[in-house]
Amino acid sequence: MTLLAAEKVAFRYGGHNVLDRVTLALVPGEIVTIVGPNGSGKSTLLRVLIGALKPSSGAVTRAKGLKIGYVPQKLHIDQSMPLTVRRFLDLPRRVSDHDACQALETAGLTDLGLRQMAGLSGGQFQRVLLARAIIGRPDVLMLDEATQGLDQPGSASFYRQIEAVRTELDCAVLMVSHELHVVMSASDRVICLNGHVCCEGTPEVVSAAPAYRELFGTGTGGALALYRHDHDHHHHDHSHEAAE
Amino acid sequence: MLDDFVVRGVLAALGAVLATGVLGCFVVWRRMAYFGDAMAHAAVLGVALSLAFSLSIYVGVIITALCIALIFIQLTDAGQTADAALGVLAHTALALGLVIVSLLSGAKLSLSAYLFGSVLSVGITDLAVIWGGALVVLGVLWWQWSDLLTATLSPDLAYAAGIDPRRKELLLTVLLALVVAVAIKVVGALLITALLIIPASAARQFARTPEGMAVAAMIAGALAALLGTQGSLMFDTPTGPSIVVAAAGIFTVSIIAGRLRS
Ligand SMILES: Nc1ncnc2c1ncn2[C@@H]1O[C@H](COP(=O)(O)OP(=O)(O)OP(=O)(O)O)[C@@H](O)[C@H]1O
Ligand SMILES: [Mg+2]
Repeated sequence: MTLLAAEKVAFRYGGHNVLDRVTLALVPGEIVTIVGPNGSGKSTLLRVLIGALKPSSGAVTRAKGLKIGYVPQKLHIDQSMPLTVRRFLDLPRRVSDHDACQALETAGLTDLGLRQMAGLSGGQFQRVLLARAIIGRPDVLMLDEATQGLDQPGSASFYRQIEAVRTELDCAVLMVSHELHVVMSASDRVICLNGHVCCEGTPEVVSAAPAYRELFGTGTGGALALYRHDHDHHHHDHSHEAAE
Repeated sequence: MLDDFVVRGVLAALGAVLATGVLGCFVVWRRMAYFGDAMAHAAVLGVALSLAFSLSIYVGVIITALCIALIFIQLTDAGQTADAALGVLAHTALALGLVIVSLLSGAKLSLSAYLFGSVLSVGITDLAVIWGGALVVLGVLWWQWSDLLTATLSPDLAYAAGIDPRRKELLLTVLLALVVAVAIKVVGALLITALLIIPASAARQFARTPEGMAVAAMIAGALAALLGTQGSLMFDTPTGPSIVVAAAGIFTVSIIAGRLRS
């Protein structure tokens, strides 16, 4: 059974093609990770999938009554709106005090229920976002760089929590991450995106794929690999110009 | 009891501020103050057109305010910045309203009542319209509260939850047009935005949740309405502006109290 699918989705900002014929489908219980360099369209793809952006061609289908838990890459809470952590968990639908307490405890935020959202640290804020996404018992959990700003134990607990939630709710998890080494061990399937889907499959298949190696190199450090790729690219352009 | 013009005036003011207090919170959260101002200015044009075609003032005001909102959407879609589009619309509507009224003989006197309010002259029908409109606004806000809040907090979180934030924005625009109609006889078109912004801003100092802020804004608004009408009777000042001055006083006290507490 497919929960959520994109069929040859394209998306453009102005004249700029950001997504090109992206096809993917999510089934219950699988953890899928999207990797790709900055600006490769990962966040855009997630926003197309939740319905915030209309694809310029192609189609997105969602199962009837699909519940999505979404953690955006950025969320700015305007200073003018007072909002406690507890109240934030109630959006968009009220949750019981029992569930809220438990969610805060799991997130390691037991005593923060009455704190203002605007007064949280980056990592605490991120934990609350995740807690809110999970508390609604979603069918699909979509996480856009959800571990940003989390400390080491926080990040480890995050991946344990994702595992647990997947087992408990049998939901699909679609996440975006730059932590390549963790991704490879935590996902069932990896999609390598760079405007289009470069390659996809099990972590083993993807990490051996030439397209993936071209983007991320073969080294262990993701950052270094990315740098090398960019560097190569420029170099290539230069020699091109010189030749002309 | 309703035979007394003071009682009618106070009740009308209370009805209006309850609606502006809560809706004003959304205006503050979404930074729509200038947008509200444009709609309120458009009300002057609405009044002028109503006088010209002998329509009900309320109907004319609501329709004109909504038209201005529509034109605003067209202009911003065509690439104008929101700021400039609102500036053009607000003042064009106001000026056009004034010009049209000057062409109608004998209408000048009644227009000033709509510019600055004339709450002490509302009749039973006005009172019924004001409270009816206010209750509709409060009812819709109550019913749509969670969706509106989610859409205001983040359009993306709304989309993910199956809520269409553009529809919610449209709903708020319609409610704003209603509130302009409700409040025009109370404080007048030029000061309606004050009733939206000031009570909500005073409430922000003390509130910990959106609901808390909405309730506090209603209380601040009601207090301003009572003090303002009282003051205007005592000092023989115009009632609408007096209510706004009272609201500003409450705002000042809330700021000072907020500073002292922290
Ligand atoms: N609102 C916008 N208007 C115009 N262009 C945009 C907008 N948002 C994103 N883009 C462009 O779309 C492309 C893809 O952006 P996107 O945010 O999806 O990248 P990403 O893969 O999530 O990158 P990152 O790893 O940095 O989060 C980028 O080139 C970006 O400049
Ligand atoms: Mg991104």
